Amino acid sequence: MIEERPLFIPEQNIVLEHNGDIDPEVLEDYSKIEGFTALNHVLTEMTPPEVIDQVSRSGLRGRGGAGYPTGLKWQTVAKAPGTPKYIICNGDEGDPGAFMDRNVMEAYPFKVLEGMTIAAYAIGASQGFLYVRAEYPLAVQRLKNAIRQMEKHNLLGKNIAGTPFSFDVDVRLGAGAFVCGEETALIASIEGRRGNPRPRPPYPAERGLFGCPTLINNVETFANIAPLLRKGAEWFASIGTEKSKGTKVFALSGRIARAGLIEVPMGTTLREIVFDIGGGIPDGKAFKAVQTGGPSGGCIPSDYLDMPVDYESLLKLGSFMGSGGMIVMDETSCMVDVARYFMEFCMSESCGKCVPCRVGTAQMYQLLTKIVNGDATLNDLALLESLCDLVRNTSLCGLGQGAPNPVLSTLRYFRDEYIAHIVDKRCPAGVCPVHKREHQEVNA
Amino acid sequence: MTVVTLKIDDRDVSGRDDETILEIARENGIVIPTLCYLEGLSIAGACRLCLVEVKGTSKLLPACATRVSEGMEIHTNSERLTQYRRTIIEMLFAEGNHICSVCVSNGHCQLQDAAVALGVDHIGVPYLHPHRHVDASHELFGIDHNRCILCARCVRVCDEVEGAHTWDVGVRGIEARVVTDFSTPWGDSDTCTSCGKCVQVCPTGALFAKGKSAGEMTKQSEFVEYLVAMRGRRS
Repeated sequence: MIEERPLFIPEQNIVLEHNGDIDPEVLEDYSKIEGFTALNHVLTEMTPPEVIDQVSRSGLRGRGGAGYPTGLKWQTVAKAPGTPKYIICNGDEGDPGAFMDRNVMEAYPFKVLEGMTIAAYAIGASQGFLYVRAEYPLAVQRLKNAIRQMEKHNLLGKNIAGTPFSFDVDVRLGAGAFVCGEETALIASIEGRRGNPRPRPPYPAERGLFGCPTLINNVETFANIAPLLRKGAEWFASIGTEKSKGTKVFALSGRIARAGLIEVPMGTTLREIVFDIGGGIPDGKAFKAVQTGGPSGGCIPSDYLDMPVDYESLLKLGSFMGSGGMIVMDETSCMVDVARYFMEFCMSESCGKCVPCRVGTAQMYQLLTKIVNGDATLNDLALLESLCDLVRNTSLCGLGQGAPNPVLSTLRYFRDEYIAHIVDKRCPAGVCPVHKREHQEVNA
Repeated sequence: MTVVTLKIDDRDVSGRDDETILEIARENGIVIPTLCYLEGLSIAGACRLCLVEVKGTSKLLPACATRVSEGMEIHTNSERLTQYRRTIIEMLFAEGNHICSVCVSNGHCQLQDAAVALGVDHIGVPYLHPHRHVDASHELFGIDHNRCILCARCVRVCDEVEGAHTWDVGVRGIEARVVTDFSTPWGDSDTCTSCGKCVQVCPTGALFAKGKSAGEMTKQSEFVEYLVAMRGRRS
């Protein structure tokens, strides 16, 4: 049983505001909580450059993980020569332990669409696509329903709200490939081709969908737009840290008392997230690490619990903001096993196009398997490290470039666990096959 | 289009700003190894052998896909790049089942040539020994997947030059394979025109003409460049 103590929650809701108050399938409910006021205001009283200026000054950065300044991206697409222009909402969330975008699409479909429509007005797009993974049927259903209702109320389609601006949105389903969250692979997938990434530049802002300038933002980024424009750039910029503004939605999971979605201002410390909001580690176990950033991320040990969470500090620790998954681990988790889990994920999700990712992830997975089985030598560890360096620096897209991160970060903070497996043939957490073998030998 | 000057390996060279690093380097006799690149086909950027160092960015850039710009300073041959290239070649050998002595392309193989040029004298990564198949159902040609390095030249030439799109890539990751039609036997293909372009552009012995024995399969891929030039370049 989880102790029902009052939550000390420094949470602040922008994306998840009015959580649970409205019916996500009823447009009138969304209107009641100031829905579409930003869109109406933008269409009738602001020019596209003014909208972009507001977004730039707010300091909003891409919530898909890399943290590219949203205003700058919009400006680039707006200025890119060529028509038509397209806008894509990336809802292909696929990190293990991540369910932020799912919740946002299921609970706030109108808000996502309002953000997209404002973005379309700002950059001059007339067609948008919502790329949602097929594993999220409720999100797909609610987004399609929201599109229909908005069309009925003249908030999508021709001459929106009586203005000359027209914009249509269609939903496209992902077919289960993680790599399709990578923007160039996603574009290929919408075009009806195999979801393989291609070298950038040219970036989608210049040559994207069907060769046209294309804006791609994450679900959560779009969900920030309406509140940002309703309350102003200064208000938004007053939340968060110097370089990371606003809030971030995280999906807390793993060995934690209260798993679930939280939204906190940027700069909230890991300690506040794990212990104050998440209620700490259950069953009296000790905290060991928190994994952020999914398969491209890393594990942060207890020494850094007081580090404020923002884009820069996570990178400095060898991890990554990512889309917002946070997997908490306690003393019963083996860090080598964790690294092996994520490597297996990258290996099976690699598209197979470039050699370092296709072969490198398979080789690294084999080496990690050898280590957890107690069959590895220190030479294998050296090879593993050199492959990490190669795959990170030579892979074509972010999937391969990020794949070594879970290994590199666990090596950085938990190297002794690797050595224990290799030299002492022992798993400190007692979960790996090498541990079971050791016990069999003792008993025999 | 403007003309730019730049430095490759400390040599002053010039080019148009719509040309790539690889094109300018080759014009000037500077060798950058490639496997997936083939003049006349679209750029894949898949083999990663042509990665070069460009001053001002910490990222390695594919020479085949990177346009030149004024004042660029490029290094194509550092110790670090050579080491990466060697390991990539080793990975390719370890990934498939490459036995040169019995291969139809022995002596005329671009993977073999690249390994020799880069001084790959042993394979430092474990062999994966995959179970792969041979499809000999086509009347004139065969494919031995054991020798395929997934450069996708066959896929591109079939789509972009022949216009048949018989070849594509199926499955993903380490399981990825080139496939004909809906991953059905090549001999049953409704789309294949039996033109043999895929065989000619294949850098290894994966695609071959039937009736060739070890070392007998020589290939001419230059026709692609010629055909594309005669038809007028589209891009």
